[in-house]
Amino acid sequence: MSTVTNQQVEARVIDALATFGPDKSQITRESTFEELDIDSLDLVELAQIVEDEYGVVLKGEDMKQLKTVGDAIELIASRAA
Amino acid sequence: MKPKIVVTGLGAITPLGIGASALHERWARGECGIVDGAGACTDFEPKDFLSVKEVRRLDRFSQLAVVAAGEALAQAGWEDEPPYEPWRIGCVIATGIGGIQTVEAQHDVMRDRGAKYVSPLGIPQYMPNAGAAAVAMKYGLRGQMYGIVSACSSGAHALGSAMRMIQCGDADAVVAGGSEATLTTFGYACFNSMQALSPTGISRPFDARRDGFVMGEGAGVLVLEEESAARRRGATILAEAVGYGSTSDAYHLTAPEPSGAAAAKAIELALEDAGMSAEDVSYVNAHGTSTPLNDAAETVALKSALGVEHAMRIPISSTKSAIGHLLGAAGAVEAVATIETLMTGVIPPTLGYEVPDPELDLDYVPGEARPLTPPNGAGRVAISNSFAFGGHNVALALRRGSE
Repeated sequence: MSTVTNQQVEARVIDALATFGPDKSQITRESTFEELDIDSLDLVELAQIVEDEYGVVLKGEDMKQLKTVGDAIELIASRAA
Repeated sequence: MKPKIVVTGLGAITPLGIGASALHERWARGECGIVDGAGACTDFEPKDFLSVKEVRRLDRFSQLAVVAAGEALAQAGWEDEPPYEPWRIGCVIATGIGGIQTVEAQHDVMRDRGAKYVSPLGIPQYMPNAGAAAVAMKYGLRGQMYGIVSACSSGAHALGSAMRMIQCGDADAVVAGGSEATLTTFGYACFNSMQALSPTGISRPFDARRDGFVMGEGAGVLVLEEESAARRRGATILAEAVGYGSTSDAYHLTAPEPSGAAAAKAIELALEDAGMSAEDVSYVNAHGTSTPLNDAAETVALKSALGVEHAMRIPISSTKSAIGHLLGAAGAVEAVATIETLMTGVIPPTLGYEVPDPELDLDYVPGEARPLTPPNGAGRVAISNSFAFGGHNVALALRRGSE
């Protein structure tokens, strides 16, 4: 598998989150999941997308640590590298 | 004495369009919402009414329920803030099947891609209580809240349970109804295998040529309130929910008990609950599915419950002739249509009824709509019937005062 850049992960994560409800323009690395109204069910779906795309397995305990979109991007990018 | 219950809001999404009045007006004009053997709500585009998140989180049956509830609450004048303490407002939304579109889609995912790709929303979208949960969440209803499941009488059971909730003093008001969205490959396959669906795709209840029901989708929701509380807040009262009767055939999984004894008993119980006699009934909104067995058993039951003479004298029409069979939504949607009939005094006809069955000899309102004329200037009283696979029978008595 070719290396995945942080920017690629960011674009994919933001696209995915935008399908869950929030306006795409609202979503930045600094946005918290709480303010985007992204809950634990959404994060499970995000984990499924990420696993499918990058082969990165995110468990429940991983997801619980995530507060912002940036946190998710960093975690996924580090595991995908 | 039992507290009286009034209806202050009506909402319906049906194959005849968006809105309770669209349902009654178009049906009364003789328009039929069935196209190519299906009663689809083609005017209902969820994103026109709901947020991206709501559309994504809710199966179609819940989407329909939420939007129908919104219409009913707006008519009741609840739009900004509920007029009662939230703990005192119940919510009962029935469905026959639940979110089967979700089940089918997620089952495809599991088969094609594997179990770990099944959506975490699979069960929360499918669960038959999801419609009730969605309505309660959207409108902040915090009293007793649940779904009810009794196949094609689910919607009527929801209304009966809501009436009892208010009469027992557990709630001042209840948002109640039914919803269904089963126009799927699997839904058709199952009902086809049972030979329950019309092979000609025509819903013509009570007609000699009737050959099965036509499946439809949609939702009906009503706002019920305890009468004195509704009057205190100055609500516009559309009708009274005066009686509820419910029985079980204890006979067969799908076939109605042919003597109609349990169905008749439900009608008798509804009248008894209302403190009325058969002679008070001026209209019947029949279950009238267009299946050979139901329409025959219902005719027998009406004669038995109302007396042959009175049963033959009053008009009886079936909403399913115009929209098909909405399964778990049917009882609620038909209660909406019945109340519109009581309010307007216009009885819509049983569409497509042309060839009488010699065994079925009641007045099924063929041809055109006609005025509802209760005898002796009394209030308009209607019975709305719902019978179901499993042997459930429900009759609701609804009244519009003469004042």
